[in-house]
Amino acid sequence: MGIDWSLYDPGELYDELISSPGYPRRPALKLASYLKSLSLKQLDARRKLAEATLEQMGVTFSVYTGEQNIDRVWPFDIIPRVISAQHWARTAEGLKQRLTALNMFINDLYHDQEVIRDGIVPAHLIENSKDFNPACMGITPPYGVWANICGTDLVRDKDGQFYVLEDNLRVPSGVAYMLENRAVTKRVFPELFEGDRILPVDDYPSKLFDMLASLSPRGDSSPSIVVLTPGIFNSAYFEHAFLAQKMGVELVEGADLVVEDDDCVYMRTISGLERVDVIYRRVNDLFLDPEVFHKDSLLGVAGLMRAWRAGNVGLANAPGAGVADDKVVYAYVPSIIKYYLNEAPIIANVETWLCDDEEQRAYVLAHLSELVVKPANESGGYGILIGPHASKRELAQFAKLIVEHPRNYIAQPTLSLSTAPTLVERTGQPEPRHLDLRPFILQSNDTYVTTGGLTRVAMRKGSLVVNSSQGGGSKDTWIVDSEAQ
Amino acid sequence: MLSRIAERMYWMARYLERVESTARLVKVYANLLMDLPQEIDIGWYNLVVLNSGTENFAKRYKNRDERNVVKFMLADEHNPGSLGSALVMARENIRTSRDALPVETWEMINDLSIYARANMKRGVNRRHRQKFLDTMIGGVQQINGLLNGNMSHDAAWQFMRLGRNLERADMTTRSLDAAASVLMRAGADTSANLNEIVWGNMLSSLSAYHPYRRSMRTSIAGAPVARYLLEDTSFPRAVGFCMVHIHHACTHLPRAEPVVERLSDVGQRAFGGFDYADLSEPFRDYLNTMQLHLADLHGAIEANWFELRDA
Repeated sequence: MGIDWSLYDPGELYDELISSPGYPRRPALKLASYLKSLSLKQLDARRKLAEATLEQMGVTFSVYTGEQNIDRVWPFDIIPRVISAQHWARTAEGLKQRLTALNMFINDLYHDQEVIRDGIVPAHLIENSKDFNPACMGITPPYGVWANICGTDLVRDKDGQFYVLEDNLRVPSGVAYMLENRAVTKRVFPELFEGDRILPVDDYPSKLFDMLASLSPRGDSSPSIVVLTPGIFNSAYFEHAFLAQKMGVELVEGADLVVEDDDCVYMRTISGLERVDVIYRRVNDLFLDPEVFHKDSLLGVAGLMRAWRAGNVGLANAPGAGVADDKVVYAYVPSIIKYYLNEAPIIANVETWLCDDEEQRAYVLAHLSELVVKPANESGGYGILIGPHASKRELAQFAKLIVEHPRNYIAQPTLSLSTAPTLVERTGQPEPRHLDLRPFILQSNDTYVTTGGLTRVAMRKGSLVVNSSQGGGSKDTWIVDSEAQ
Repeated sequence: MLSRIAERMYWMARYLERVESTARLVKVYANLLMDLPQEIDIGWYNLVVLNSGTENFAKRYKNRDERNVVKFMLADEHNPGSLGSALVMARENIRTSRDALPVETWEMINDLSIYARANMKRGVNRRHRQKFLDTMIGGVQQINGLLNGNMSHDAAWQFMRLGRNLERADMTTRSLDAAASVLMRAGADTSANLNEIVWGNMLSSLSAYHPYRRSMRTSIAGAPVARYLLEDTSFPRAVGFCMVHIHHACTHLPRAEPVVERLSDVGQRAFGGFDYADLSEPFRDYLNTMQLHLADLHGAIEANWFELRDA
């Protein structure tokens, strides 16, 4: 006995694979019928194989539990999520459009601020932003691009359309898991790659390398590139090491680098100091340079900002790029796209209420139990209120927070996130679970979008929280070209 | 390359070597004890003594029996010298320097760690011990094979070579010391037969039995075995070989002069200067001095390449 898709009911929600009980969507036809041909026992064997493979590949993430730092194996569901190539091509265009506009916006903020003068965004947006970095005023990084690497979170609503949930412009993570998910699926379901035309994802490290190389101030053909990690206790350390290895560059920690009197960055090597041209930094702005930001930071490099401002080192992402990675700025992105590109946004925003605006705040407070309230400036799914799932006490607590610090909060409708069949260990059967998608966009003199992205899935029934630190898992994401067959 | 990565390469190689040599030691010791005459009072606990683990052992065990000693040597995570601890440290060094190593290194050490975790109990248990130890030895050899065959022989590789050879030289002097101490404890009873058993097993523990036979073309006795394992330059676990290779690695690394200088001190101790006539106390003193020189050499490597200073 295998999977009986006619028993799989996504209900009112948009399911990525099955449109209604028994009916797989077109790009997922072959996948669904193949899965059906396996017995539940065989399916379970594949699941176990995936688990063992991930453990062997050492694909882990770290979880902080007070004092201890535990390395956990990456939670993975073997049933891929399938998106048609046609739909993806349009989505990728939308992502490029969005990042292009956001970078023009950031560059404008650090120069003439025309966007404020022209009344597109209010001035207080910058004045109150904790990510706006005055030390960056007047600087133009290569190509005028501040956010070279962006991870944009997309969700699908009931209507099957993608919406942007947030833009991660600081140090977005997850791309290594996207690549490892594919590697695991190739080992677990090799036969599926014969039938479907599944577009490859493996070119990301080369594209990342090329993008970083294009930031080299010396413009020579073999720049010295490094990945700067906060260290082994960072939850994304696995990814830092993975990317450094794939690109064949050094993985460095703050203590490995030094800025000399010539305002150049060097790394401490066995032969002495060696000049560094480009740093892919995975350390947050605030810890980047103790001369400028946190004085006691051990993670950063003293003088790094000096070297960057002098144009002696490329930094990706540029310091200060986070100013556009703010949930309040988010609400203005459609106008920002229109303003700089004179185009309509290809991918829509989720409807957003700014608690800072009196009228909108009144609406939010009146409808708190229906809405999702997010702090303007946190990541990792922390500090979020999901109205329909919250207790009376939590609601009252958030109402108080919103009134006290309106600038810090935004609210959005509770979305009906799309689902995909996910194996449930207890029954061995697939059940619908909510998911999102994080594609990665690279931008310097050119723009590149990953083929698909990282699909994160809430493994608990009904849950909308997909963060791996809070019980989320992931799936391989297939962009399938069904026209080509 | 980064000083920090250089240091991790060096320690990774040392810990991997330690995993293998500990497995070999336990394996050969079991074999040796079966061959020793009953009246000779040498038990498993001698293994703890030889690995300088008496204090640590006393903290957690009362009985000095086979089970406790083997557990202490293989599985005890509180014993920094156990096989399990060395494996954890080897993995940690690989985990934190993956950008400098072939991808498969990480997968292989994970495989070996998963196996070790799942089978450690069986390794302590006498009936399954052989299989467990063979898998450990094989796993390390597989990784070393990968690194030799697939990795660019760049600076990172030279640092592994430094670590591996220093660890081997140290282990070989300890093994010689072990054999000498067993024979001394046997006292007047050291029949020619017992001599051969002890020295033969010691050769086996270093995989040196066959190479010794082929290159020395003589029977197994203390003096030629000791000379072979200290002075030979063709057998990979002989101290002489290790010194040659440490020197060779240094010639491929920048700013090596201070280490090369120190190396020649150790070299002079290893080659000649001892006539192997008396393999009791004087020999053990000689080995002891050599170990101190090796520790010195380690210090020189550390000071020269690993310590983060503004150069």
